[in-house]
Amino acid sequence: MAKNNKVIQKQKKNYDSWLIITVLLLAFYLFFMIYPMISLVKQSFLDKETGLFSMTNYMEFFNNKSNVLALQHSFSISVWVTVFSLILGVPLAYFTTCYKIRGSKLLRVLIILSSMSPPFVGAFSWVVFCGNNGIFTRFMRDVFHIDMPSIYGFNGIVLVMSLSFLSLVYLYVSGALKNIDNSLVEASSNLGTTGFKRFMKVIIPLIMPTMLASALMVFMRAFADFGTPVFIGKGYQVFTVLIYDQYSGEMSQNKAYAAALSVIAIVITTVIFLLQKWANSKFTFTMNALHPIEQKKAKPLQNFLMHLYCYGITLLAFLPQIYVIFSSFQKTSESGLIFKKGFSLNSYRYVLEAYSDTIWNTIKIAVSALLLVVLVSVVCAYLVVRRKNIMNQALDLMTMMPYIIPGSVIGVALIVSFNRSVLGLPVLTGGPFIMIVALIIRRSPYTIRSSVAILQQIPQTIEEASISLGSSKAKTFFKVTLPMMLNGVISGAILSWVSIITELSTAIYLFTYRTRTMTISVYELVTKGSYGYASAMAAILTLFTTISLILYMVVTKGEGSGTA
Amino acid sequence: MSVGIKINHAVKAYGDNVVIPDLSLEVNDGEFFTLLGPSGCGKTTLLRMIAGFNSIEGGDFYFGDKRINNIDPAKRNIGMVFQNYAIFPHLTVEKNVQFGLKNRKMSKEEMKALTDEFMKLMHIEEYKDRMPERLSGGQQQRVALARALVIKPDVLLMDEPLSNLDAKLRVEMRTVIKQIQREVGITNVYVTHDQEEAMSVSDRIAVMNEGEIQHIGKPKDIYQRPANLFVASFIGRTNLCNGKLTVKDGKCIVSLADGYQFEMDNIIEEHQHDQDVILAIRPEELVINEKEGIHAKVDDSVFLGLNTHYYVLSDAVHCIHTEDKDDDRFELIQESMIDEIIPNGTDVRLKIKKEKVNIFTSDGKQNIVKGVKNDKYLYGNK
Repeated sequence: MAKNNKVIQKQKKNYDSWLIITVLLLAFYLFFMIYPMISLVKQSFLDKETGLFSMTNYMEFFNNKSNVLALQHSFSISVWVTVFSLILGVPLAYFTTCYKIRGSKLLRVLIILSSMSPPFVGAFSWVVFCGNNGIFTRFMRDVFHIDMPSIYGFNGIVLVMSLSFLSLVYLYVSGALKNIDNSLVEASSNLGTTGFKRFMKVIIPLIMPTMLASALMVFMRAFADFGTPVFIGKGYQVFTVLIYDQYSGEMSQNKAYAAALSVIAIVITTVIFLLQKWANSKFTFTMNALHPIEQKKAKPLQNFLMHLYCYGITLLAFLPQIYVIFSSFQKTSESGLIFKKGFSLNSYRYVLEAYSDTIWNTIKIAVSALLLVVLVSVVCAYLVVRRKNIMNQALDLMTMMPYIIPGSVIGVALIVSFNRSVLGLPVLTGGPFIMIVALIIRRSPYTIRSSVAILQQIPQTIEEASISLGSSKAKTFFKVTLPMMLNGVISGAILSWVSIITELSTAIYLFTYRTRTMTISVYELVTKGSYGYASAMAAILTLFTTISLILYMVVTKGEGSGTA
Repeated sequence: MSVGIKINHAVKAYGDNVVIPDLSLEVNDGEFFTLLGPSGCGKTTLLRMIAGFNSIEGGDFYFGDKRINNIDPAKRNIGMVFQNYAIFPHLTVEKNVQFGLKNRKMSKEEMKALTDEFMKLMHIEEYKDRMPERLSGGQQQRVALARALVIKPDVLLMDEPLSNLDAKLRVEMRTVIKQIQREVGITNVYVTHDQEEAMSVSDRIAVMNEGEIQHIGKPKDIYQRPANLFVASFIGRTNLCNGKLTVKDGKCIVSLADGYQFEMDNIIEEHQHDQDVILAIRPEELVINEKEGIHAKVDDSVFLGLNTHYYVLSDAVHCIHTEDKDDDRFELIQESMIDEIIPNGTDVRLKIKKEKVNIFTSDGKQNIVKGVKNDKYLYGNK
């Protein structure tokens, strides 16, 4: 009997340790996400003069035409970018999956690489390439006497983002295409539906859920992107830049106003999210191909056009990065403002000297954030999948919220809430701590989702088998569950790593001189006009992402089909 | 170190939903005991309560004299084999088999010797360095069995271990399982919904329905003298029809719908009174002949080699429709003859092997024929 009591106590203890983890995670999210969001909403309703509850901020916002216009701009950019990414990305995925395209593996690597590079690098390099003084613009002007249309503004933003995000669509859709069973294609041929008609009537409906999912992803990213419109917008105001301007306020700083803007942005993204969910519910079926679609060789003309398309698009998406690397080796004037003839390493020399701290900052902050993101994600996934209860469901919901909250808004919320002492704690902003917190909050939804997906594929009986063979629950987790999750977790982690080191829209609110990261220094250098130096920094960043990609390919054994 | 299992008044409930209201049973040391029933009858739930993966809402579970209700599943010393095998995909065959031994204090040599012994026993030693993904379903199941047995468990629990295999492998593996169980001499609780599988491997079977035990007994007893209508129709194939029992001068006469009558001399005394009854006649308990018996007409026939199945229509019987049999035809099995198969539409007469027929009360709850052996009542079930 005494022995039984001991065992009961032990079981209770075991139960408690998971409970403690749940409570700690809940506390973390309540403190660093829910509380800042609530204070943001509260602040948006405060009159900046009287400090009383009022709708002034919102009224002011909607009375000011240029503000409403910025929101409209953001919205129309996102819609068009989504449309173009799909129009460009879906055929790319279809051609490379269903037809024999020479070098499709190389194409895949290049596309993944361009998906990993932050859009603002694309923006910045398009400026260097096709801007007012860009090499292409000058070439056309000097040789052909043609004035190229301006790359700045709406067109430029949509171009850069579409080329950047089509890679996401490509990755998602080619994954879905691989799940279509060849017999479905054969059956449709058998019933007399071939070619373009088959693509529209059979293939598109089958990949619709994936297309909707990737459309949402692209929309959210386009809507929340800060770097691209800053670099290439040139006065074409969008809401992320507007929030930043209101917040950092070169003219007049107005935090309450920025808060109101943030709330409006969340409302929009939430509506889009719900719309997508609703649309997705119209297409519920699962596919699992026993025999994936066989790659066919197309007729000569079609074959040529397909190759042209695939290589053309990939090159276009990848070109800016090549050009950035190229210009990073160009000689520049002392100030770095003007490119000179010939090549040198002076940009690198300068950057490594003057900005070496930012590289270290990036690595330090990104590594700490990554470790914590992985830890939080694996534990959350375990709690959500294996220990369903109300608290863990609440946790699940909370961790997913940043999915629909633009990064700028999280930045504003954190800075508004923690630039003063809260609960008697020291001021949390101004150091690397708050930047790490922001990265955890922003990245976790993606890594949690992928961890949950992996965990759901592991049958619970495998864990039970381990327990029945005498392993404790903890030992089972570390010896069985974790090793089985590991590959997926590592590949997810590498993708997270890439998006962490290329993060800009939140960090821009939270950095101080001491905690500048590489993306921020690119931003600063571009703002100063030191394109050569900025190129060198961007090239180093690209080097980082390339190494990460190679690692990722090794871990996933060349599959590379994972999506962050 | 095999031990018996004793379960007293087990209760399983999810909130207000009671899945097992009150269940008791005993499994003897070294016995092959099967829990059999349709899906949702609570058999897997009960097995997982024994294993410790499901909480126990009431009652006592014993391994030998040891009460195990509050013992952690990792400490119960059970071997378990799962429906999906639950082989660790990241470990080789050898490492899988060895996994449980690593949780014991044991020297490396001892561990290796035991692992080799059981891999040999299950004929998987040639695959010992393979990863599980390169094994067939049958081989994986052998690994799972070796892994469960190598730790010398007190009891072996198997949850539908053959249902993921194809038909031929299933038959082969059930022989393997039965043979190994006998060789190792371990107490085995086996869950299945396949009655043929249950009969082929078990020493005793507990037929369950809706969380309650219907019948515990040897395969032969359960098949030939099922305790109630549910057991009769779940085990094997059965034709059910309505009848009337009348007692005249101490003789029990059973009459069918068209007035066909026959005498039964093995009705339990307390049920010897006039009443409506249900007859359960298995296909092999009807014999086609030319002279006597029920009038019927052949509707269809299926030649299956050893036997020929006939489907006949008759006014004499009111067939009772069940879930797996919902037509008015009677099924009967005859050994295939060298003569022609009886053509459809032929009038025939059917003689009943009445010593084999079972007769139930009109509510189907009780077999009123003598000879039912149901261990269920030994253990205090209602």
